[in-house]
Amino acid sequence: MKIVVCIKQVPDTKGGVKFNPDGTLDRAAMLAIMNPDDKAGLEAALRIKEEHGAEVTVITMGLPKADDVLREALAMGADKAILVTDRVLGGADTWATSTTIAGALRNIDYDLIITGRQAIDGDTAQVGPQIAEHLNIPVISYAEDIRVEGDYVIVKRQYEDRYHEIKAKMPCLVTALSELNVPRYMTPGGIFDAYDSEVTVWGRNDLKDVDDSNLGLKGSPTKIAKASDKVRKGAGEKVTLDASESVDYIMSKLKEKHVI
Amino acid sequence: MDFSLDKKHEMARTLFKEFAETEVKPLAQEVDETEVFPRGTVEKMAKAGFLGIPVPKEYGGQGCDPLTYVMCVEELSKVCGTTGVIVSAHTSLCIDPIMTYGTEEQKQKYVKDLATGAKLGAFALTEPGAGTDAQGAQTKAVLDGDEWVLNGSKCFITNGKEADVYIVIAITSIAEDKRGRKKKNFSAFIVDKGAPGFSFGTKEKKMGIRGSSTYELIFEDCRIPKENLLGPEGRGFPIAMHTLDGGRIGIAAQALGIAEGALDRAIEYTKERKQFGRSIAQQQNTQFKLADMATRIEAAKFLVYRAAIAKATQKVYSVEAAKAKLFAAETAMAVTTEVVQLFGGYGYIREYDVERMMRDAKITEIYEGTSEVQRMVISGALLK
Amino acid sequence: MGLEQYKGVYIYAQQVDNELSSIAFELIGKAKELAKDLDTDVTAVLLGHNVKNLCDSLAEYGADKIIVVDDPELEVYRTEPYAHALASVINEYKPDIMLVGATAIGRDLGPTVSARVKTGLTADCTVLEIGDFPINPMPNQEQKHNQLLMTRPAFGGNTIATIACPDNRPQMATVRPGVMQKLDPVKGAKAEIIEYNPGFEENNKYVEIINIIKQAKTTENIMDAKILVSGGRGVGSAENFQMLRDLADVLGGTVSCSRAVVENGWLPVDLQVGQTGKTVRPNLYFAIGISGAIQHVAGMEESDIVIAINKDEDAPIFDVADYGIVGDLNKIVPALTQALKAELA
Repeated sequence: MKIVVCIKQVPDTKGGVKFNPDGTLDRAAMLAIMNPDDKAGLEAALRIKEEHGAEVTVITMGLPKADDVLREALAMGADKAILVTDRVLGGADTWATSTTIAGALRNIDYDLIITGRQAIDGDTAQVGPQIAEHLNIPVISYAEDIRVEGDYVIVKRQYEDRYHEIKAKMPCLVTALSELNVPRYMTPGGIFDAYDSEVTVWGRNDLKDVDDSNLGLKGSPTKIAKASDKVRKGAGEKVTLDASESVDYIMSKLKEKHVI
Repeated sequence: MDFSLDKKHEMARTLFKEFAETEVKPLAQEVDETEVFPRGTVEKMAKAGFLGIPVPKEYGGQGCDPLTYVMCVEELSKVCGTTGVIVSAHTSLCIDPIMTYGTEEQKQKYVKDLATGAKLGAFALTEPGAGTDAQGAQTKAVLDGDEWVLNGSKCFITNGKEADVYIVIAITSIAEDKRGRKKKNFSAFIVDKGAPGFSFGTKEKKMGIRGSSTYELIFEDCRIPKENLLGPEGRGFPIAMHTLDGGRIGIAAQALGIAEGALDRAIEYTKERKQFGRSIAQQQNTQFKLADMATRIEAAKFLVYRAAIAKATQKVYSVEAAKAKLFAAETAMAVTTEVVQLFGGYGYIREYDVERMMRDAKITEIYEGTSEVQRMVISGALLK
Repeated sequence: MGLEQYKGVYIYAQQVDNELSSIAFELIGKAKELAKDLDTDVTAVLLGHNVKNLCDSLAEYGADKIIVVDDPELEVYRTEPYAHALASVINEYKPDIMLVGATAIGRDLGPTVSARVKTGLTADCTVLEIGDFPINPMPNQEQKHNQLLMTRPAFGGNTIATIACPDNRPQMATVRPGVMQKLDPVKGAKAEIIEYNPGFEENNKYVEIINIIKQAKTTENIMDAKILVSGGRGVGSAENFQMLRDLADVLGGTVSCSRAVVENGWLPVDLQVGQTGKTVRPNLYFAIGISGAIQHVAGMEESDIVIAINKDEDAPIFDVADYGIVGDLNKIVPALTQALKAELA
């Protein structure tokens, strides 16, 4: 079987994010990593490969430096890697991103597509379901477990207070939660091999059945009206009061903030 | 001359660092306190391929170079000196001599299991009466039919009771030179755990690297197959010395890692710790000390990486290895001592890790050739 | 077709097991505000099977109209029949704005529907308002009025962005639960009810649900908690944490702690906040007897409101607290619990 895993390179927010002296986010100071949900999705694909035999292809859309995250996927055990990169694809929202990735996926065979549920930089959880919609295949979001049985996948689909066990005929798309598994480490030898192998690079012209009006910044229905890096919270008020005054003080603040 | 690492090595470092932070660091204090060998970590390292990094793929290894291996030991040692030396002794002192001197059969039989981490390796040269002066050794091996029979004991053996495969150096003949002076000839052997007559003596209680399973090995009419002779008979001494040249690079990497780990802690701590109304990182005394330590560590790093590259490209790299180990070990000792001082009282208590690093650092000046031996090797080459 | 044909503010009235989710009422509350600014009305879209009895409460909470798609295919949530139903409603009734809750259902339904009806979708919004796009007039660009401006945090809450969808309709957003205010219900209020069925035909996108397992809530995950009452070394003992539990109970919160507490064996490690513990982002974080080492702060600084109680006025926790009280936690905490009990009784 053929499995495609869609991955994204994101800035690492683990251990706190870094700020510039003016309170804005210091993106350059943060490491670029493979998005955690995507990594869990890749691990799920590699386990299916080990159990049933499969060819695992990873695909990402991004700047040329997203090559790193594809090499990481190869070093973990993926078989092939595709980088979709082109100036005209920049500034894409989830609609344009999903259109682009769907356009790339139309070039290759797949039985199962796995994406992460959401990326830690955008947190939208939209690209996976939208890719499925563009490809006209079923989507199962929020997977806590993925099994393959013959032509079917069986997914434990998480909700707030329950889960559904869902069976779908492939081809289909599953979005993975990072709770799915603990991804394996790369191996040192895998890293060396990854840098010796080819990453396929596709641009705009390699996308199939995609209209220019649906790509990049221009093709994005949503537009940013205003963006700001949240200024880091500084010290607020500090008071020295006796116990009953303290209680009154806290109560008034809790009311002011609608906590009570 | 290019001092930057390529992408492969950068990514390998990322891997080692992530593994060390996630799997090793949380256990470091416990391993030290309880003096228990971190078997679980070794199994995880085996799975991740860390136990055969410079070994070719056809022998079950990762097919990487000595520099990658050195970076692994360095990153592990940043958070736990014990874990660093386990990998170093296994790779440099056990796998390396079999890869270098072993027959194809020996490589197939031993290296595959060692490189995948199915088995762990150790190296036994030192004896109670023979440390720096190997001629004081007593352990003998005598050929009896199809078997070698070993008698004697070895001490201070890293991975001692936990290993499965041991490289053992023993006397196989005594020659007399023209002037009538006796000279012991050594040979190297591969000994499996469980060989008849092979047992373990006392476990050493150590100042540092306390989880590393340091044992005495005892051979009482220990019988091993004839084909377990490693390299030509009588060449045990040069094999041991060449093996130690490689081992020293691993220990140099361990020392480098310990120093870097201590400096990292110092940077974190001095920024946080306030005295006289400001962080101690704002005091010039602290700043200058940090600057000196960082500079010294960088110099050590160049020597260590230089030695690793020499191992990959040169037949003989004794001097490079000796310089790397001498300087890195003394750097580790100096830096950790200074960091404990910067921490003040908190540096002296166990909760803050840096006293452990100081205890771990000391051994790097002693084992696999003391700093004095390294100076002998370096000066010997100069005055030759 | 012109964008001006799209009218009205629609919300997806999520129900599970024929019970309306709280988010449905929250969305109506917000939609009423938006509708007022746009001089239009609020329509709730209710999808399910045998769900018509839910219309009354939607009306009481403020829905002017309710479109009901009632079909056996919609018995249990599945992406496909639900997406088909909602997309059909949109295509038929052409809303100007379509709001969906950012729940485990809405975050699946929303993107699928937006892709199907070819419009933008802004995820997890926390602020919605009507305004101009661009916000300030720009040369060579038409400034459109009466646009939905959707504000959302990104990057784990470290950045905020305001998004518009000026050229496509409907303007779609998923909205974070618990952020928007419900209106006070008006008993007996009625809404216009429109029954609609687009017809359902099984296709390759229909999946089979082979099992539904409802999970009793297991141990509290501090990362999901809205209110955390966190204690440090200053709490003094494992027994003293009862004070914090009492406070947490009255607020519906959860107890968490600093590393020192775990090291002392007072609480288990899964309750630890900080660099070596968990990163939390509750709406309210009490730091009680916590000095505020950087490692701890790294794990909680993204909390919305931080209230710190500590006897040491130089404790670094005060540098990140919105409200800092220098005082004796042993006196303040029990008194606060009592006051809250009285207030909330």
